[in-house]
Amino acid sequence: MTVQTPTTSARPARRRSGRFAPYVYLAPAMTLFTLFLALPIGYAIYLSFRSVKVSGLGLGKGARTEVWAGFSNYSRALTDPDFISSVIRVGIYGLILVPTMLGLALLFALLLDSRRTRGRGFSRVSIFLPYAVPAVIASLLWGFLYLPRVSPFYYVFDKLGWDVPDVLSSPWIIFAIANIGLWGGVGFNMIVIYTALKAIPTELYEAARLDGASEVAIAWRIKIPVVMPSLILTFLFSMIATLQVFAEPMTLKPLTNTISSTWSPLMKVYRDAFTRDDIYSAAATSVIIAVATFALSFGFLRLVQRRAFSQENS
Amino acid sequence: MRLQSGIRVAAVVAATALLATGCTSGDDDSTTPSAGASTTEKAAKVDLTFWTWAPGMDEVVAAWNAANPDIHVTVNKQDGGDPAVTKLLTAIKAGSGAPDLMQTEYQKIPTLVAADALADIKGDVSDDLSSHFADGTWQSVTLGGDAVYGIPQDSGPMEFYYREDIFKKYDLKVPTTWAEYADVAAELHKKDPKAYLGTFSATDAGWFTGLTQQAGASWWGIDGDAWSVDIDSAASQKVASYWGDLVEKGVIDNKPMYTPEWNAALNDGTQAGWVSAIWAPGVLAGNAADTQGKWKMAPMPQWNAGDDATGNWGGSATSVTSQSKHAEAAAKFAEWMNTSQDAVNILVSKGGLYPADLPAQAQALSEPPAFFPNQPDFYTTATDIAKSVQPFTYGPNVNVAFSAYNDEFGKAAESKKAADFLTALTAMQKTTVDDLKNSGFNVKE
Repeated sequence: MTVQTPTTSARPARRRSGRFAPYVYLAPAMTLFTLFLALPIGYAIYLSFRSVKVSGLGLGKGARTEVWAGFSNYSRALTDPDFISSVIRVGIYGLILVPTMLGLALLFALLLDSRRTRGRGFSRVSIFLPYAVPAVIASLLWGFLYLPRVSPFYYVFDKLGWDVPDVLSSPWIIFAIANIGLWGGVGFNMIVIYTALKAIPTELYEAARLDGASEVAIAWRIKIPVVMPSLILTFLFSMIATLQVFAEPMTLKPLTNTISSTWSPLMKVYRDAFTRDDIYSAAATSVIIAVATFALSFGFLRLVQRRAFSQENS
Repeated sequence: MRLQSGIRVAAVVAATALLATGCTSGDDDSTTPSAGASTTEKAAKVDLTFWTWAPGMDEVVAAWNAANPDIHVTVNKQDGGDPAVTKLLTAIKAGSGAPDLMQTEYQKIPTLVAADALADIKGDVSDDLSSHFADGTWQSVTLGGDAVYGIPQDSGPMEFYYREDIFKKYDLKVPTTWAEYADVAAELHKKDPKAYLGTFSATDAGWFTGLTQQAGASWWGIDGDAWSVDIDSAASQKVASYWGDLVEKGVIDNKPMYTPEWNAALNDGTQAGWVSAIWAPGVLAGNAADTQGKWKMAPMPQWNAGDDATGNWGGSATSVTSQSKHAEAAAKFAEWMNTSQDAVNILVSKGGLYPADLPAQAQALSEPPAFFPNQPDFYTTATDIAKSVQPFTYGPNVNVAFSAYNDEFGKAAESKKAADFLTALTAMQKTTVDDLKNSGFNVKE
């Protein structure tokens, strides 16, 4: 009781300062947000409307000046055949990768959740572990496995007399890159779905079993519908990650003739900024990619929101 | 980047070799740079910073500092050519933060000049400086004009490397012309279907540039107040269709160099030859250590029998930046470092560079690289070859052309059609010209 006395006496003072308290609490986050997110984004947007004009030979002082470029950087990016084909390529890459990855993640999560599965802890860790490997390392690793002369796989295939095509050659390269994404991504998505499965009350299963439902029927009729929001979430993450694929093709690039410097949209941004020293085009392309990502993500969420999330209310 | 690390490896190996054989000629006077270089009349002490990533620079600079108390140079180690250029361009844009001296790769000089990052030091160096260098090397720092944007330090004259043991085994003749090279490549591949005399690497633009340089191409040029781009020239077309033809026939490989697979092939002899440059011994030592003593170096195959021409792959100069307040002192140091016998001896013995300075080469390069104990006259031969480097001018958007090379020739190498190699060259020309025009450069077509 005596302990409460100072608290009650301090209350009026606290109430007065309370008006500013939310702002004080917000300040660190807002400062960081402004410094490291809003300002750079604003600067990138500013740069995307600028360009450098060179006069004459471009040698010596004052030969280059920064000028307003209007929308010319944007129109150049949007009409660049390399950029358009990189977008299409990444679209195909996503069609290969995302369904396979989420399908496997769901399958593994359901298997781990199944009552009959043994060695659950070990399996969970070993499926998740590749996610902890940075994409660059994973790509180097797989790159070595893809090169016929140094790969143990090709050695075995050769001994077996199988003629396996070079996966770094043109029709296969997209699968080779998707495979690295798959290897690294399944674990993370599996954990998200598995966690959702763990949250399902066991009464549901008991009731289902009393009604004579098999494990497969339980998975199909109870588990998958209940984890649908998690599936949507992982789909969204995977879609964004697909649009931003960069480390895998960039790391494999020196090993093969088939990956161009504009293989994915972000590789084009990198090439413009760091190989061509044209940060203005790079900024414009980045803004386009960011806007497209936003539009796709929110479009997708609007599309599925009513079907998936309203189920509980209906 | 790869090239630099190649040079770096070469440097370390050569340095070890020279140290091991005790070849540090001029030991006694290497710490006393020539009196002409020191500017003791300056009252105030001058401090210079030097961005570089070449090995052995600390030793050369220490020798200079000991003899020139008035001009003190501080070495600031960089990660390599590309990051250092990015840093320098940022400092130039910001208006401060650039060093006084900068190691500049030849192909980057026009880009840096175009960004107004380098000072013209013509007035601060000896009048007869150009006589120290091969014409092709000198042109790289003058861009074919009157200005001097750097002092050549090392160069990468190209040669042909081959596995002597494999050539003996299959009774092959060392090719002296490209026609012979094609025949030998076909013969080797026939006798051992897994073996190739070389590969067409779509990831090494500098390599292909050097090959066209040998054939007489010069991809850029200055014509009055306009740039000309001549990538798709008759000389380059000759080179492109020659290699395209070899790739189409399948007698040489089409996979990139500097991959784990290529290393394995160098080791097991399925890549029995390499058209490379003077720093190749270091790369071979690093990537195919087991083949020591099995390689030999020969002059490049020629387009016409009896000719004597080669290209350049790699190498750098020392430049003074436009932000330096002591351009004169900086130029003096750069000239001493790259053209005095004492300094060149240290560059070779501690840094393992192949010096660009012709008069100082004989004394500095008296022992072969450790990886080539079977070729005692390695550097004698190399020095003769280095004199035949053909002139070549780089333009202000080399990076654009080089990345276009990777993309376009990557496609061509993958398709294995000779016609696609010519298409690739045309596409490179278009990309490079479009980029110049888009930036506003005057371009003469």
